[in-house]
Amino acid sequence: MTDLGSLIAHVPDVVAASSELLPARSQMAFTLGFHIILACLGVAFPALMLIANYIGLKRDDEVALGLARRWSKVAAVTFAVGAVTGTVLSFEFGLLWPAFTGRFGDVFGILFAIEGIFFFLEAIFIAIYIFGWNRLSGWAHFWTGVPIAICGIGGAYSVVSVNAWMNQPQGYTLDAAGNVTDVNPLEVMWTPATAYEVSHMILAAYLVTAFLVASVYAVGMLRGRRDRHHRLGLLIPLTVASILAPIQFFVGDTAARAIAEDQPIKFAAMECVQHTHTHVTEYIGGICTDDGVNGGIGIPNLDSWLVGFSSDTEVTGLDSVPPDERPPANTLLHWSFDAMVGIGTAMIALGVWFGIVWWRRRDIPKTPWFLRAVAISGVAAILAMEAGWIVTEVGRQPWVVQGVMRTEEAVTGASGIWLTFSIVLVLYALLGVATILILRRMARRWREEGVDAVQVPYEPRPGPPVPEDGR
Amino acid sequence: MSKADAAAAILWIGATLYAVFGGADFGAGFWSLIGGRSERGERARRLIDSAIGPVWEANHVWLIFILVVLWTAFSVAFEAVTSTLFIPLCLAALGIVLRGSGFAFHEVVKRPSERSFAEHLFAASSVITPFFMGTVVGAIASGRVPIGNATGDPWSSWLNPVSILVGVLFVATGAYLAAVFLITDARHAGDADLERYFSTRALAAAVVTGAIAVAGIFVLRDDARYLYDRLTAEALPLVLASVACGIGAIALILRRAPRGARPLAVGAVVAVIWGWGVAQFPYLLPTELTIAAGAGTSATLTMVIIVFVAAAVLVLPAIGLLYALTQRGILKADVERD
Repeated sequence: MTDLGSLIAHVPDVVAASSELLPARSQMAFTLGFHIILACLGVAFPALMLIANYIGLKRDDEVALGLARRWSKVAAVTFAVGAVTGTVLSFEFGLLWPAFTGRFGDVFGILFAIEGIFFFLEAIFIAIYIFGWNRLSGWAHFWTGVPIAICGIGGAYSVVSVNAWMNQPQGYTLDAAGNVTDVNPLEVMWTPATAYEVSHMILAAYLVTAFLVASVYAVGMLRGRRDRHHRLGLLIPLTVASILAPIQFFVGDTAARAIAEDQPIKFAAMECVQHTHTHVTEYIGGICTDDGVNGGIGIPNLDSWLVGFSSDTEVTGLDSVPPDERPPANTLLHWSFDAMVGIGTAMIALGVWFGIVWWRRRDIPKTPWFLRAVAISGVAAILAMEAGWIVTEVGRQPWVVQGVMRTEEAVTGASGIWLTFSIVLVLYALLGVATILILRRMARRWREEGVDAVQVPYEPRPGPPVPEDGR
Repeated sequence: MSKADAAAAILWIGATLYAVFGGADFGAGFWSLIGGRSERGERARRLIDSAIGPVWEANHVWLIFILVVLWTAFSVAFEAVTSTLFIPLCLAALGIVLRGSGFAFHEVVKRPSERSFAEHLFAASSVITPFFMGTVVGAIASGRVPIGNATGDPWSSWLNPVSILVGVLFVATGAYLAAVFLITDARHAGDADLERYFSTRALAAAVVTGAIAVAGIFVLRDDARYLYDRLTAEALPLVLASVACGIGAIALILRRAPRGARPLAVGAVVAVIWGWGVAQFPYLLPTELTIAAGAGTSATLTMVIIVFVAAAVLVLPAIGLLYALTQRGILKADVERD
């Protein structure tokens, strides 16, 4: 009867814990959703900056070098803010989910240790690169920037592969009490979900950053600033985005099929498939009910066909697991998935439009509608990425580690998360507004006073005049 | 030495680096806070700014390092610490957010009122953060963190004499380290006035820190007997080394010796951190959880050690390059100012 006794003894804990579950999930979702935007910039902005730097050096192009220099300063500001929001997340592994980290920290933790190296190197080389403007010779300076871009990709792998492990845990053994007794690090670091999830996110980071940067210059051009600076500032990121958007579609499609196979309940939730059957209709939009999608545009057989290239393909339904193992908010999941795919498709269309016009006339499309479309593409790309994270994270609920540990078991026994969440909301709102205002002000001062007018974090105080061949 | 002990040593190396570099960084914020609005205070702030600007992130990544090594190698301890000490860790995290924001923006904003706001944010949080970090360390050291998810007392675990003492000690130590570092920075900048300014402050901070440490002996005797007994036995050589380094540093500063004060000041801090480690050994959470019992699986510990070596091989040259370049940069900036 000791088991029953200890169970009863734990009832108050469980009740107390579950009351903190919703605020803890909300805080995690909000802080992660905020940080991921900055993380995208941290991963991909250095690459755009290096492309501009490369063009500038190759063609002796002062405009391209000016862009690279400004982008490095913007990257420094967003990296500094991202370092703050990232530190908060590492606190939250303990403050919000101590039981998750306590139980599985020795399984997935090592990936964060690797991420730490990449982050550290990235911080150091950003400082060196920013420092190096006007102090190192052109190409030496360029090469100090290359590790930033490499570390960004390495860091993205490390973090996202933890998420891939949460979606498809493997590489560990548990004893009867559920404690980890053995770990196979290589299996943890490379799950079946790692390849598509990591590449999907790295591409997303590049798309978000590229469209965001392009949209800034599109807005400038719509306001009549049609100089070469704006043109190049639009062309570099838009070219990158146009090339990557179709690749992202292919990777995302592969990911969706893999999820249908490996995480069928997540797939069922995002497509709102209630019962396991064949010839499943693909719905776009609509409300998800217990009887399937209500409303929306239905395309017969398409869902089956997308999963297995045949309308005879059986798609697993939500009813294959007990109700308490199904994800919540199915309509949200369904819409998020549709939004992601829809925006991704629109991005490809935008890239094709740009590509055709460029191919025929070596120019960007003349109509203001093109610039308007680019102008909203940055925000649209962020929405698509956030929607994707909603699909993968809410879609895994009620599990924190798929099939092994429920989120309610992971949450802290401490109380007061509604309070911390409220404070976080206010602080992050201020942080977000301050970041945007400061970036806008930097742009204005660059226009009025030139690129040297703005000091950024990591930067040394103004030094003596530049030696002759410095860039 | 077992692999678990090696992982604990790695954790302690991280704690040492954070105490020295992060501590000095917090301390610089402290001096910036109490520097006042005088012309001299402004000049001191500029020196502080140029000294820590480019290396800020590198200093604070050690905190992430500690968190990650703790949750990977000793996840049971991580769970216990972060759940029981939820409140002071939230407050420390708040300080980190404010501090990081102040840092990210204070270079960029130009209007005096905004700049002053960002600087105040940075400076005030430079005091808040190490204080609450110190209360966390005090809670661990005095054995107030039981194993499990939030099983300790959410308040008395960190609102107690040892925690408050260590919190104040953290702030004072950082201020002391920063002042000693800034003496040399001021000398490199050729600013004899600021050199005197920070010498006075380094001496004052040394005396205050020493006084808190002496008071701490009595607090530990009453409130953390396990630690006290070991500090006065096994760890005594390290405690004495710290005292000797501290006194040596004071003597050198008084004599305006051109070098030697920095390494001695750092030595005093390092000796205390390792004295604490020796006094706790073999416990991770004194008398609750030993290093061996709290350690993760063997494969995980191996990976922690491998990754640590890889980090040392990759990061040390890079950080050496950064420090070398920034030291040169400070020199250049001063040439222009003169």
